[in-house]
Amino acid sequence: MSKDIRIKKGLNINLVGAAELTTSKAVLSNVYTINLDDFHGIIPKLLLKEGAEVKTGEAIFYNKNIEDMHFVSPVSGEIVEIVRGARRRILEIKILADKSQDVVEHKKLDVEKASKEDVKAYLLKGGCWPFIKQRPYDVVANPDATPKAIFVSGYASAPLAADYDYVLKGKEAQLQAAIAALGKMTPGKIHVSVGKDGNSPLAALKGIELHKVSGPHPAGLVGTQINKIDPINKGELVWVVSPQDLVLIGEFLLTGKFSAERLVALAGSTVKTPKYYLTKIGAEISTFLYASGVNEENFRVINGDVLTGSKSRPDGYLGYYNNLVTVIPEGDDYELFGWNKPVFNKISNTRALTFSWLQPNKKYDLNTNTNGEHRAFVVTGQYEQVFPMDIYPMQLLKACMVKDLDEMEQLGLYEVAPEDFSLTEFICISKQPHQKIIREGLDLLQKEIG
Amino acid sequence: MHELKLKYQGKKMAPAFNAFHTFLFTPNETTHGGTHVKAADDLKRTMNTVIMALVPILIFSMFNAGYQYYAAIDAANGTPRTLSLFENFLTWDNFWIGIIKVLPLLVVSYGVGLLVEFIFAVIKGHEVEEGYLVTGMLVPLIVPIDTPLWMLAVAVVFGVVIGKEVFGGTGMNILNPALTIRAFLFFAYPTWMSGDKVWVYQAVEKAGGPDAISGETILGFLAQNKGSEMAYSVSDMFFGFIPGSVGETSTLLILLGGLFLIYTKIASWRIMLSAVIGSLVMGLIFNQVVDMGWVTETSKFYGLMSFDFWKHLIIGGLAFGIVFMATDPVTGAQTNRGKWIYGFFIGFISVMIRVFNPAYPEGVFLAILLMNVFAPTIDHYVVQGNIKRRMKRLKNAVILPKDSDGKAEELKAETV
Repeated sequence: MSKDIRIKKGLNINLVGAAELTTSKAVLSNVYTINLDDFHGIIPKLLLKEGAEVKTGEAIFYNKNIEDMHFVSPVSGEIVEIVRGARRRILEIKILADKSQDVVEHKKLDVEKASKEDVKAYLLKGGCWPFIKQRPYDVVANPDATPKAIFVSGYASAPLAADYDYVLKGKEAQLQAAIAALGKMTPGKIHVSVGKDGNSPLAALKGIELHKVSGPHPAGLVGTQINKIDPINKGELVWVVSPQDLVLIGEFLLTGKFSAERLVALAGSTVKTPKYYLTKIGAEISTFLYASGVNEENFRVINGDVLTGSKSRPDGYLGYYNNLVTVIPEGDDYELFGWNKPVFNKISNTRALTFSWLQPNKKYDLNTNTNGEHRAFVVTGQYEQVFPMDIYPMQLLKACMVKDLDEMEQLGLYEVAPEDFSLTEFICISKQPHQKIIREGLDLLQKEIG
Repeated sequence: MHELKLKYQGKKMAPAFNAFHTFLFTPNETTHGGTHVKAADDLKRTMNTVIMALVPILIFSMFNAGYQYYAAIDAANGTPRTLSLFENFLTWDNFWIGIIKVLPLLVVSYGVGLLVEFIFAVIKGHEVEEGYLVTGMLVPLIVPIDTPLWMLAVAVVFGVVIGKEVFGGTGMNILNPALTIRAFLFFAYPTWMSGDKVWVYQAVEKAGGPDAISGETILGFLAQNKGSEMAYSVSDMFFGFIPGSVGETSTLLILLGGLFLIYTKIASWRIMLSAVIGSLVMGLIFNQVVDMGWVTETSKFYGLMSFDFWKHLIIGGLAFGIVFMATDPVTGAQTNRGKWIYGFFIGFISVMIRVFNPAYPEGVFLAILLMNVFAPTIDHYVVQGNIKRRMKRLKNAVILPKDSDGKAEELKAETV
């Protein structure tokens, strides 16, 4: 049985430079890096020191609060550097890859017969646990808890997002294995969504509740789908896994070996030939960026999509959860009378001498200019047009800004993740940092209430 | 320019200088964290759109200022003139009166208001905000033409400081600053704000003299039960060839401005539509009261009560208030459902105050200020609805125990 989701409120941001559906193998990266910023709220405890040799799948550090939760190396090699920041906080762990790749091999687990505890212990030990995230709070899931449901969004509506139908092709076995394992961990359902017109391998999986999704962005965000299917109440817990991470979990379950291999879309108007690259988590972005070429001097490399991704550099590294690298021009330039002249080359949600509403399917070449300065909230009623959840976005943002815990709870902060506010941040006339506000609100709520 | 901006960076006068710079250029600021791209519009563009909607009204009001002046002179001489758009309305003479009377109001409004904004920006070290761009344009359009400039300057200082800056600037204020300025004028200098002498250029100066002129507003006529003496047709009212506050008269241009704001998605159509409905409902109720015979012609309310309900929209400041004042997003209701309620009551109360206020037959600015105060309350109850829905859902919440909870209990059993 499938329950369809149709989203009406939203805005598609069509950008130039979508990745072509062809795949190249990226050259091997010399150094692989794990960026600790990818694991929000995790305090790492190192198991290995600088200079130690690691194998692929060998644990490098664990979560200080949950000691069973291991984080493993994507490659085998030598830990060459542990980059530390203020108060010796670990920022990055760099691994110099060996020529020969040694993999830690685990005993295969018979998922059919295994108990819930067995599956959990197996994934924790194997380093696949961090792929499972939880809502509320949008952090790596706590293995001690039991979620009421698990959500997988196989419909990517974010700007220039990797096409799941393409990248999941031929991965049915892995997906099915991962779903079977996840099914052990919740008494509820595993909700999987696919695009309405797509041809996704996810649709044929067993043991799931399938949802066909249509509509503009943020229809593909898992937060939107949770809100429409089974919203989170106070005290409830759901888990979220991205389809490509399901593949890695499935691969590990089938072979007993941790694999960090991932098909990554390289997209954006600065890239000469945007397409897909087969590479590994933590690989240097330059290993495939310059294979496609850039047509600009001054550009920004983003780990992820333009709305939710994190700023990186050409010599930066592929993030732990990212399957997309976007490269767009920097916009650090002045524009004469930019605030009052008619605008044809930028996207807008209003029609105040902006004309993007005339051609909803036109593709734009946006840069990183803020198009205005930061101001207090003034205009109302705009966010609601692109925010499909049953939540008052501006009121919730204000509650987070004044740190009013009661109001944050009542207005539905448990139901959202920062990425759910990416679209309202994009259209915000006052140029407020919505995602940051929500992130700080969630952190506060987790700290105070847990 | 760019070099100068860098030179002043971090100095005390930086906000003042930055304001000029950002007037010319969009800044070279790029995104840090959060979304890496941003939509094209900012607050300046939003404000600018409202100003564009007001410009035709300003130009019309400049012609009308002259037209009302010469028409009043003709009337005083006993030769009422008939309107002809090209022969005696769009004339250089009329426009000249506009230049010497309306333009100074505009200049003083912007000059004083922006000066206050700059001073506050420098003191508080924040950027000069765009809010006053619209307020400064609205103010000259909602005062009587003969308002002395010093009076306007005092009111603007009061309105910007008390109405806005004490709350923290644009976006933080509770009351609409333009209406705060109007209210200040009304309560501080009532004789200059009402009566039959203030709506026409020089009427006050010439009062009592041999060449005295007057220009009573339609509301003034009606409030004194002298509706029959009025010489204005419905089309005069609609197109705006009537005396009144500088920019409030032309319902046609206000309607066009309102449609433009709705089309650009800058102003809320919900507030505009519900305010129109609210005023029609109140007008209809009054008409009904008259039809039922509960109010006789001798009553002092008869004139306004018996006035056709739909005509309320095309006289006085109601249309202008609904389109440009009620839709102020900062001081109005912020939720969509709240906007319906908020707008409805603005229309409803405006007409009510109009009819029942014997001293000054216009209630729009009072109604909007009143609803400004109540807007947060309305929003509160609308948001409560959402919260209640969430609470209801909470009863069915599936809260599953943690794995370790079970273990902990087992351990306890052992120790006992």
